[in-house]
Amino acid sequence: MADHIIELSGLTKKYGDFVAVNKLDLKIPKGEIFGLLGPNGAGKSTTILMLLGLTEPTAGSVKVCGINSTREPVEVKKKVGYLPENLGFYDDRSGLENLVYTAKLNQMTEQEAKEKARSLLERVGLPDVHKKTGTYSRGMRQRLGLADVLIKSPEVIILDEPTLGIDPKGVQELLQLIKQLSKEDGLTVLLSSHHLHQVQKVCDRVGLFVNGKLIAEGDIASLSTQLFGREPITIEARVIEHSKSKKDVEKVISKLRHVKAVQKNEDTMLIDCTEDVTNEIAQSIITSGFGLHQLYRREYGLDDIYQRYFEKNQV
Amino acid sequence: MNMSKTFTSRLSDLNLKYLMGKLSSDGQKVKHPFWVIVEKEISDHFRSVRFMILMGIVILTCMGSLYSSLSNFSEVVKNSEDEFFFLRLFTSTDGAMPSFVVFLSFLGPLLGIGLGFDAINSEQNSGTLSRIMSQPIHRDNLINAKFLGALIVISILFFALGFLVMGFGLFFIGIPPTAEEFLRFICFTIISILYVAFWLNLAILFSVKFRQASTSALAGIGVWLFFTVFYGLIVNLIAKAKAPAQFAPPEVVIKYQVFVKNLMSIVPSQLYSDATTTLLRPSVRSLGPLTMEQMAGAIPNPIPLGQSLLLVWPQLTGLIAAAVLCFALTYHMFMRREIRSK
Repeated sequence: MADHIIELSGLTKKYGDFVAVNKLDLKIPKGEIFGLLGPNGAGKSTTILMLLGLTEPTAGSVKVCGINSTREPVEVKKKVGYLPENLGFYDDRSGLENLVYTAKLNQMTEQEAKEKARSLLERVGLPDVHKKTGTYSRGMRQRLGLADVLIKSPEVIILDEPTLGIDPKGVQELLQLIKQLSKEDGLTVLLSSHHLHQVQKVCDRVGLFVNGKLIAEGDIASLSTQLFGREPITIEARVIEHSKSKKDVEKVISKLRHVKAVQKNEDTMLIDCTEDVTNEIAQSIITSGFGLHQLYRREYGLDDIYQRYFEKNQV
Repeated sequence: MNMSKTFTSRLSDLNLKYLMGKLSSDGQKVKHPFWVIVEKEISDHFRSVRFMILMGIVILTCMGSLYSSLSNFSEVVKNSEDEFFFLRLFTSTDGAMPSFVVFLSFLGPLLGIGLGFDAINSEQNSGTLSRIMSQPIHRDNLINAKFLGALIVISILFFALGFLVMGFGLFFIGIPPTAEEFLRFICFTIISILYVAFWLNLAILFSVKFRQASTSALAGIGVWLFFTVFYGLIVNLIAKAKAPAQFAPPEVVIKYQVFVKNLMSIVPSQLYSDATTTLLRPSVRSLGPLTMEQMAGAIPNPIPLGQSLLLVWPQLTGLIAAAVLCFALTYHMFMRREIRSK
């Protein structure tokens, strides 16, 4: 019990008739990086707001570090660093001044605050401490945001869409930084995103959130198992029929080992298999006398997962 | 257990020592977050262009009114019924320009609205609100600090201006103020600050209510215009409609007068000008109608400061009540509101 740093039980938030979060149960152990995945409007941000006591749940309870967030938000906020989705700084102040202000709100002395702010700015890669935040780029803001979160020496950090609007290289750096922080300082991290492929690299576990409900939870492999049954790999092949094509290519491939299902629309084939058998597929296509134009292993984006999920539900 | 913990944490909040700050491990003084915000608000105000503009307007008009009262001062002194010459600096005028008091009652709202209209919504729109609110501070700390910060700035400005006018007056007319005059001036300044505090609270209320800073500024100015221009007109209309006949008995006339006065006393600027006139003109002995019986045997002498204060007590209470009402509404709206980023 004590190992769970975040505990949500039966958490519900309604806005009038609209249910934003529906009876959510979630436990996150200490030191874990948990990814909250879901499309826009799935209730990720609302859940995060309830975690911090920034909005009140309609029903259910939220506990962070064993403290009730709704009743004692201030105690929770001493231990939790939060990076909001659209974070802003006082634009006419420098990065250092912004950080020192946050530090002082956390009851640090001026001197302590300055020392810590400088070292953190260095750590997140913003050496020019006197630059006004109004002139910061999006990526720099996000990094300053991370420093702002860390200055209170939190036990938990909650990041709402930390990768939004940053270029791929910036995303890579930011995620590496988060991973490194979690490892070095033993922080528990909760981050929300709608990009599966971005967060799957850093998260220990992810939860998939759709329409206020957590539909699946676990590490990436178990998530795809939960969602797709036993078909974690999909291979897409574009084949062109030649005059010398002898056999029905679909049949040949479906007889291969590990292949579970083959679906063909015009000249594209989708092959679900339990293991990566790209090589065998290529061979059999060519030996069957078809022209192979394209063959690749599909990476699932969140979109595909949703699509799959809903397809499965409709059938 | 939970309850008792909450209770003790509330108790420690009430503890004054905690409020003023505590000592850190290395013996340095740690400021309470509330004062950190107040400090930042004040420095923000002093840095802002908006404050410079407002201050410029206020200083210019005060200089203008000082000039107009000085140019006519010998006439005023000659016709004066009492010995409070010095206070005449603030109330007299040559007719070309309103007096210092009238200017303040006119510009006070502008100052209050100007400093408060974007207190909360600008933080929300720039995305800093959710960042600040995720720090370990109580929500009321933020609005309290916003209010107090602006109030301190206004107090500094008003005291500085008042003393400046006094100093110039002293320089030009050569009569030093008596102790009572000085005390009356201090009371006047405090009431002026209270008056602006009301408008500040109203502006902060609008800044919580409206997402757009421009909407909240307009709403504030709208209320101000309504009270300065239209409310008087409406009261006039009602008064005309309800006016008693020419030969009505005195009780009816008095009742009517009191009714009209009560209608007017909803207006903060009316409360303010009543209060300040009484304080700066010691010969004023009543703000309502007086009967001949009440006047009988009265010596036409100025009344002491204590009596003047007693006379304006209802006005003062009204102003404070209006300010507190706005504050309570702000509180109610802000405390349980959802804080989204942008």
